[in-house]
Amino acid sequence: MTSLMDHQARETVGYSFSESTAGVKQHGFYPYTDNGGSTLGITGSDFAILAGDTRSTSGYNINSRMVPKVFKIGGDDETGEGANIILSVVGFAADGTALKERLDTVVKMYKYQHGKPMSVSACAQRLSTILYQKRFFPYYVHAILAGLDEEGKGALYSYDPVGSYEREQCRAAGAAASLIMPFLDNQVNFKNQYIPGSGEGHALVAKKPEPLPLETVKGLVRDAFTSAVERHIEVGDNLQMVIITKAGIEEVYHPLKKD
Amino acid sequence: MPGFDFSNYNRNAALHARGVPLPKATSTGTTIVGCIYDNGVVIAADTRATSGPIVADKNCEKLHYIAPKIWCAGAGTAADTEFTTALISSNVELHSLSTGRDPRVITCMTMLKQHLFRYQGHIGAYLVVAGVDPTGVGLYTVHAHGSTDKLPYVTMGSGSLAAMSVFESMWQPDLNKEGAIALCSEAIKAGIFNDLGSGSNVDVCVIEKDKPTQLLRNYEKPNERGEKERNYRFPRGTTAWLNQKVISKEDMKKYVTIETLSGDDNLAAGEKMEVDV
Repeated sequence: MTSLMDHQARETVGYSFSESTAGVKQHGFYPYTDNGGSTLGITGSDFAILAGDTRSTSGYNINSRMVPKVFKIGGDDETGEGANIILSVVGFAADGTALKERLDTVVKMYKYQHGKPMSVSACAQRLSTILYQKRFFPYYVHAILAGLDEEGKGALYSYDPVGSYEREQCRAAGAAASLIMPFLDNQVNFKNQYIPGSGEGHALVAKKPEPLPLETVKGLVRDAFTSAVERHIEVGDNLQMVIITKAGIEEVYHPLKKD
Repeated sequence: MPGFDFSNYNRNAALHARGVPLPKATSTGTTIVGCIYDNGVVIAADTRATSGPIVADKNCEKLHYIAPKIWCAGAGTAADTEFTTALISSNVELHSLSTGRDPRVITCMTMLKQHLFRYQGHIGAYLVVAGVDPTGVGLYTVHAHGSTDKLPYVTMGSGSLAAMSVFESMWQPDLNKEGAIALCSEAIKAGIFNDLGSGSNVDVCVIEKDKPTQLLRNYEKPNERGEKERNYRFPRGTTAWLNQKVISKEDMKKYVTIETLSGDDNLAAGEKMEVDV
């Protein structure tokens, strides 16, 4: 019983309906809205994928069926050419756009000043700083940054809204994150999977995670989204997939259910 | 004891006041519509039930039976629409038996509004009542607080604005049966695609004078499930286990009688699981 109410254990029983706010007028300012949608990222030995649906919502309404959530960072403004980093943002769309614009500028300034492209690890650290600078008025987004590291391996960094970040193999974010992430744990990191007949009881050997081939990962991403669309009302319309390899950045769109 | 049980009311109010959240009911954030035509009335509904942003049921039934020629489409709290229509259906049948006449739509609507008004909106049932009776064709909306409307075309639920936009641009006073079905279906589809609380399929019910009522379950299915690209079958033995216990048929015989059937599927008909189509 205590655990249910420990955050607000009061001495007196204060009925919520008996508390009057007579004579007190409160004005509200709500600078944030939740625009729904979901994103996910997976890395392989020589690639990284970021994907997101293209639906933008507010409440029960659809603002647009075509608002991409994955952006090329540090490339040409129109075509994105020359970029070697990608960023996905989900949550409050206006903050997402502002964050992407700012990181894009930072990466370009770096190239002009140092005469070489910014590494993914440097960009990852810089993004963390940008987010933490707004610690008390945060960018209301869950960001995922991806690219190729110095060894050419897929690199993926995920962030909370105030800049805590971590390099990972895979991450789901946004409205359907709680639906997609357990699927990724099982299918990418082989959690709760054991090698049949490898032992009994505690001696049973867990299946070791290994980097997956690109085609497998593409299939997992599409299946993750077709399933999320079935059970989450804010996910749908189109799937945007951005794949980064040493050959460059490929962007593909795929239709999803529109109900 | 008839009626609702309020014995947990004070306990729950005290818990809520101390910060325990109230349980979340399954709501059919819904699109439901109705439309009369020259010889009867059509009602239609989508089939999505939600709990917050999560889809609780992809193919639920929101068209409820009241009497053979009176049907109801329900939006709002799923349990309330279900139980309220079942209760009124029961009372309408008793009333019809007592009077020896066919039940009337206006009688049903009045019983619903009086029941809902008594509960001051706490019973979250938003209904479209439609039917044919000896006085003619009837089509009404009933709100949870007890107010009603009588109109030639109606919409309710979170998708009511999307659906009404279709009626307001396409409705005509001289519709026939096919036209009314198509118009209602189109209105529901506007809800399915433009309102996040509505989705999946279109259910239609046609009530016509001197003809049996038709319930057209899944009249349209514009949102078929996408095929999975990969195979998610696990090899046998993938799941970890710590111990096993085998219960033999001999052990079971201590508690229950066991009869062995032949391999013929038809003999074991009771064993088969029923699947909705």
